[in-house]
Amino acid sequence: MSAVTAILPNFRNTPQIDHVGVEERAARFTKRSIKAETKVNGLKLALNMIDLTTLEGKDTDGKVRQLCYKAMHLHDAYPGLPTVAAICVYPSMVAVAKKALNGSNVKVAAVATAFPSGQSSRDIKISETKFAVQEGADEIDMVISRGKFLQGEYNYVFDEIAAIKEACGNARLKVILETGELVTYDNVRRASEIAMYAGADFIKTSTGKIQPAATMPVTLVMLEAIRDFYYRTGKKIAMKPAGGISKAKAALHYLVMVQETLGIDWLNNQWFRFGASSLANDVLMQLEKERTGVYQSANYFSID
Amino acid sequence: MAKSTKLTQPALQFKTTYAPAPESVSAANIKVQYDLFINGKFEKPLSKKYFDTINPATEQKIALVAEAGDADVDKAVKAARSAYNGHWGKMPPKERAKYIYRIARMVQERAREFAIIESLDGGKPIRESRDIDVPLAANHFFYYAGWADKLNYAFPNRKPFPLGVAGQIIPWNFPLLMAAWKIAPALACGNTVVLKPAETTPLTALKLAELLQDCDLPPGVVNIITGAGKTGAAIVNHPDINKIAFTGSTEVGKIIQLATAASSKKLTLELGGKAANIIFEDAPIDQAVEGIINGIYFNQGHVCCAGSRLFVQESIYKEVLQKLKDRIATLIVGNPLDKNTDIGAINSKQQLQTIQKYIAIGKKEGAEMFESTCNLPGKGYFCRPTLFTNVAQSSRIAQEEIFGPVLAIQTFRTDDEVIEKANNTPFGLSAGVWTNKGSRIFNITTRLRAGVIWANTYNKFDPVSPFGGYKESGFGREGGLHGLSAYLKYE
Repeated sequence: MSAVTAILPNFRNTPQIDHVGVEERAARFTKRSIKAETKVNGLKLALNMIDLTTLEGKDTDGKVRQLCYKAMHLHDAYPGLPTVAAICVYPSMVAVAKKALNGSNVKVAAVATAFPSGQSSRDIKISETKFAVQEGADEIDMVISRGKFLQGEYNYVFDEIAAIKEACGNARLKVILETGELVTYDNVRRASEIAMYAGADFIKTSTGKIQPAATMPVTLVMLEAIRDFYYRTGKKIAMKPAGGISKAKAALHYLVMVQETLGIDWLNNQWFRFGASSLANDVLMQLEKERTGVYQSANYFSID
Repeated sequence: MAKSTKLTQPALQFKTTYAPAPESVSAANIKVQYDLFINGKFEKPLSKKYFDTINPATEQKIALVAEAGDADVDKAVKAARSAYNGHWGKMPPKERAKYIYRIARMVQERAREFAIIESLDGGKPIRESRDIDVPLAANHFFYYAGWADKLNYAFPNRKPFPLGVAGQIIPWNFPLLMAAWKIAPALACGNTVVLKPAETTPLTALKLAELLQDCDLPPGVVNIITGAGKTGAAIVNHPDINKIAFTGSTEVGKIIQLATAASSKKLTLELGGKAANIIFEDAPIDQAVEGIINGIYFNQGHVCCAGSRLFVQESIYKEVLQKLKDRIATLIVGNPLDKNTDIGAINSKQQLQTIQKYIAIGKKEGAEMFESTCNLPGKGYFCRPTLFTNVAQSSRIAQEEIFGPVLAIQTFRTDDEVIEKANNTPFGLSAGVWTNKGSRIFNITTRLRAGVIWANTYNKFDPVSPFGGYKESGFGREGGLHGLSAYLKYE
């Protein structure tokens, strides 16, 4: 499905966010005390929502294969653990990852569209997207043109997303807003609306290359945009905070926030992901602590 | 009006159970029996009477508490008077300040125990007693400790003097916090105190009495006596009291004003409210919804400044209502000591009956009711978060203070209309305005007749900010400089 054909809102007039209020609300989720079986279930769910990521110039086939193995075997010492949701790589690594993950449910996501800056022509972005899809990517993580957005060229941003969506074919499209460059919550909300109406399957906070990356208030603003879009159109959009979430406790706070903003329908990796690479080991450590009662050293968990 | 039908349910599905995360009761040290705190010691009541204080979440007895009779009140007032004449009234202000600072620090040190007992005795969720009541109580002592030796700067060229003995009667909704609001400015100004906590929630005030002993506060400076309305009446009518400070219902406030008329007693009253929370179409809606929730469901709605009347501009009514319902579906009602509880127990059986009476009135008046579908514990006094739509300005649920988690919603079109409706109440304690337009904030807030008005937030308290009402919500201010002047006279 391409751009939602419902009447488009005026993107200059998207809902306003009160930053004091939204930060207060986000902080409130961290007051939930997640214990016992709720904690174990939450941690396993978090594992299953991770997009294990390597996005470096020095990535090699070998590193990607190792990461893929980890994706399917997070910690074999703990029986019954889920796999992660996806592996996220550059387009040139898609084929390697696809082959390594053969037979599993783990998806391959490719960043495309001149990631992370997005500073290229539309044609190049489209052909890069097509290349990644041809290589076998199940999901495309695109970046929006922040410069155009900040200039107020909302139609440009909209059209670009719609064009990439078309190039994705059956691959699901994640639209990275790079909220750290948008600065205000009002901008985050506006960019979320543009992305959803232009055909995003996911909206995603950050590339992980810019600080600040995902924060709870920014994610909350996007979750509320998803909820309002669902109210209006009946269409569900998925969410992916990325970058900066490295602790199990933070992941649980995010899950509480999703649960209490969008409800249980969003509590699976079809509709919610964590873009994180260091999160998995902390979650594993906490799970082992819950299972055995003691913390184990980091040496017991494989680095990837 | 339309007959009472179920409104559209929440659009989203929420799971409102987490594994139990109860705060440990063993961290609180509660005695089996509490006597009256007079002249620095716990003394058996001359009345020889005691009453039970119960946990509203379990309906179980927590402790026995003494009931002060007329003779006990007299004893307490005499102790306060001799402390005032003897040492406290003459103590250099900076020495007084040291005691008040010490109280503040010790409240912080014992914060956990205070929070647990507050939730046990009053039913409020531990999250609120831990994060709001107790820290704010400590802040009030800190704030007023700072003023004690600066009164001449607070009121330049007016030569302020203390009043003498203050009789203070506080309600059950914020027991420790209200004690702090009353005691801190009184002591800072050099007065001595006879304080009576509410009969359903006396324990944190009595723990505060233990703390005052541990602070070595000189005997008689603060006397804490327990009892119900009769004890309060004995305080109000005692001839040797110079000032009455009362927080509670408008009904009792009127009786007190009558009783103190034609006497030299100074009086401040902080009474009921029926605040208007006004949402304009240009408001940040998600944050406004949060403000509505916080405005009416904070502390089970047992808040005199609760935003119990919601006015929503017509054009955003459907959206706000949908969001409110989805948000209400996520509220967790249950054990006050569980850290995940959003709405705890109703303070007493009597109050629960009052709330239920108003819910029945609302239905009978033809308003449409929506309530959370959450499960309530089998025992204890609980009430689901509830809202009414299709409410008329003449409905009793829109006119009278319910003091529970019940919201009455009306819509409006214009600024003038909403101001007229918001002010059309005998109360005038507080109000809320939600709009992104700065000029509208100034316009609306200057025309609302309410003592405290929040813009784009609700139920925010700070010791620096004066709090008090217009009309039948009382007079006098607590907090800030205004709060000092209620305990001073000038040469």
